[in-house]
Amino acid sequence: MSSLAPHIEIKDLVVKYGKVEALHGVNLHVNKGEIVTILGANGAGKTTLLSSISGLVKSSSGSIVFDGKPIQSVESNEIVKRGITQSPEGRRVFGTLTVWENLLLGGYTNDDKHKEKDILEWVFNLFPRLKERLKQLAGTLSGGEQQMLAIGRALMGDPKLLLLDEPSLGLAPLVVRQILAAAKEINQRGVTVLLVEQNAMAALKIADRGYVMEVGHIVMADDAQALLSNPEIQKAYLGG
Amino acid sequence: MDIFLTQLSNGLAIGSIYALIALGYTMVYGILRLINFAHGDLFTIGAYFGLTILTTFALQGNVSPLIIPWILIIMAAAGVAVIGFLLERVAYRPLRNANRLAAVVSAFGASIFFANALKLIYSPNRQSYPVDILDLPNIPIFGVDVPSKRIIMFATAVLLMSMLYWYINHTRTGTAIRAVAIDQGAARLMGINVNRIIAFVFMIGPALGAAAGVLLGLFYGQIHPEMGFAFGLKAFVAAIIGGIGNIPGAMLGGLLLGVVEAIAGGYISGSWKDAIAFGALIIILIFRPTGILGERVADKI
Repeated sequence: MSSLAPHIEIKDLVVKYGKVEALHGVNLHVNKGEIVTILGANGAGKTTLLSSISGLVKSSSGSIVFDGKPIQSVESNEIVKRGITQSPEGRRVFGTLTVWENLLLGGYTNDDKHKEKDILEWVFNLFPRLKERLKQLAGTLSGGEQQMLAIGRALMGDPKLLLLDEPSLGLAPLVVRQILAAAKEINQRGVTVLLVEQNAMAALKIADRGYVMEVGHIVMADDAQALLSNPEIQKAYLGG
Repeated sequence: MDIFLTQLSNGLAIGSIYALIALGYTMVYGILRLINFAHGDLFTIGAYFGLTILTTFALQGNVSPLIIPWILIIMAAAGVAVIGFLLERVAYRPLRNANRLAAVVSAFGASIFFANALKLIYSPNRQSYPVDILDLPNIPIFGVDVPSKRIIMFATAVLLMSMLYWYINHTRTGTAIRAVAIDQGAARLMGINVNRIIAFVFMIGPALGAAAGVLLGLFYGQIHPEMGFAFGLKAFVAAIIGGIGNIPGAMLGGLLLGVVEAIAGGYISGSWKDAIAFGALIIILIFRPTGILGERVADKI
């Protein structure tokens, strides 16, 4: 499925919070149609990386090229319009808004009513639970349902590249499987997926390739299968 | 009973003004966790704009008294919305990531600037709206003659607040405003231009404040450049009573404060009304520290 130029290419990305450097020159690319996962412990800089792709934090040097155009200094709302949406760490659904309102906000940049309707149907297909709970306040949903909403909301923006930050965090194993199966299904519909996970086993099972991050660096990059059987990875992340 | 109904109608009229101003405080607080202490002055500017429009276009006598309030409100609100927009750009946006105290100092600076600009442009003395501007007969309600002015004030305020409530709850931009109030970062991930939403809130709030200013001029007649302080403080109290950050709370808090003040003023003494207003604040905060409608559901899980 991959084409010649990467869908998104990150080069020598440096991000600082004040004087503290969180990313020390990260290089990574994702080809069109791939699922790529980033593994790593807490504080490795995975969320910072996704935040800088989404334009929530600005990089101090390096580049992020999406569909052939640099986006490292583009505003967050414009990045969504260009086709990158995110389901953030901790889900961050709008708790006092209804499920329906959350989904509508996901499609905030989309003016095409027909397309919105199509995507909505798809989202309901992926997560039938959401359809049952449309009028409920998002804050009253269970953790798994909130995660479904966060992903559904991100899909409403009609992304070409979907960023998923720790979608399995705090969820029961059965729900984790359901969520990751949905990620796979989303990918099969042609959406490129960049998946940040601590649950390395589950992530590598659906991914094409993986990167391993440690304290602001990429320390390893390989095919998902190779990473799964890599003894070092097994020891550090797979409990092997 | 007559005193009660008279004071109730009086309280609802003045409460309408508190409520309209309180909305500006509460919306800005909801979205930025900032108290816009210059908001009372925007209300004053609205009252002065109304007077200028009234005299410049010689509306009185040429236009029906039922339409005059709307012409004044729309034009004054538009003018003050522009000032609100500029205020945010000049006084608050550069300090968005600064120490919170810096924005408070900036707010007081803006407040002093506005009050003195009004003194310079108009005059430091009181000015008057024509007394016979809304020369309409009293309307008997439950055997009490209620001045139709009061009814117009109240009805106008209720209409404006209903429009706002509808807008916030049923439009895409309204939903985006609520989303920004809950979680700015997540709102940005939706593709919402947060700066634009903040600028917009700094136009709606002041526009409603200006409407209150016009209503005050029509209702009480006299306006002066420093009146924004007292009214702003009362409206701020109203916003806290209702639950700051909560839009229906500001409406409820404003009306409640107006009624409590008027009834206490009628039965006890007019000079006690401020003490009673702040007393009501203290009592409500003892029992409901987040205000009457504050904190419906936890925002962040």
